[in-house]
Amino acid sequence: MKSLEELAAIRDKMKNNAAVRESDGDEIRIVVGMATCGIAAGARPVLNAIMEELEKRDIKNVTVAQTGCIGMCKLEPIVDVYIPGKEKVSYVLMKPEKVGRIIAEHVVNGRPVLEYTIGAYEK
Amino acid sequence: MMEELSLNILDIVQNSIEAEGTKIEIGIEEDDAADRMVIRIKDNGRGMSPQLLAQVEDPFVTGRTTRKVGLGISFFKEAAETAGGSFHIGSQLGKGTWVTAEFQKSHIDRQPLGDVAGTLTSLILLNPDIDFFLNYRVNDDTFDFSTEEIREQLGGGIKLSHPDVISFISEYLSEHLRALNGGVGI
Repeated sequence: MKSLEELAAIRDKMKNNAAVRESDGDEIRIVVGMATCGIAAGARPVLNAIMEELEKRDIKNVTVAQTGCIGMCKLEPIVDVYIPGKEKVSYVLMKPEKVGRIIAEHVVNGRPVLEYTIGAYEK
Repeated sequence: MMEELSLNILDIVQNSIEAEGTKIEIGIEEDDAADRMVIRIKDNGRGMSPQLLAQVEDPFVTGRTTRKVGLGISFFKEAAETAGGSFHIGSQLGKGTWVTAEFQKSHIDRQPLGDVAGTLTSLILLNPDIDFFLNYRVNDDTFDFSTEEIREQLGGGIKLSHPDVISFISEYLSEHLRALNGGVGI
């Protein structure tokens, strides 16, 4: 069973990487709707999938944050991706299964997954 | 309605965060002999006036200014009351708010507790500067967790939202909560 002492190893590992991490200027932001509507629609497993994918791919320049209800409850879970210098992209009716492609194609390679976006839904 | 009580917890804690709580305590207690389950959430946020508190269980009341309907508290209250239990919310301006939901554990309409580790990990990832406490008791066994002790072990300068730390917290909580429940999360 895991013990809190293992955190010492994480701390030491990070000390060595501190210089590298701090030089990362351009932070990408992934924002998940976590109001009652988002949570009821399944935001938590989506958030957990995002977290696991970032960890698996060792992506460090992404901040995950939350937002409230923006009035489109029936399209929740909603995930917004902000890449510096580009327009915000909103993904709607999110599912954990969609997360892998969004991280790989959009966050890593800069090409939004159009079929999951709010634009595709409105067509 | 929420499918799991751990989602109600996640939702209710969002109110604590919006109320600018910096210290949020979650207590879960399962007592098989008494056929009881109790969930408590307590924050040190700005609290509510007696007037707002009196209305807050009404779904058409909210502290938000962007919208006039708030369902989170009604959902949690209903989950407790349909499972042979009760619901109570107390608050004091400048001091904080506390919520208690009690359930008849064996009641057929009691929702499963679900992924408590997932709820806590999500909260820490999204709010790395808030102090969260969990006290989970199942009969005579107890598990205590706090972000304070994680911070102590990590030393200064490392965010709890760092992927390596979050991944550790997620596994740590899952393992310990599973052990507490004898291998079954209900």
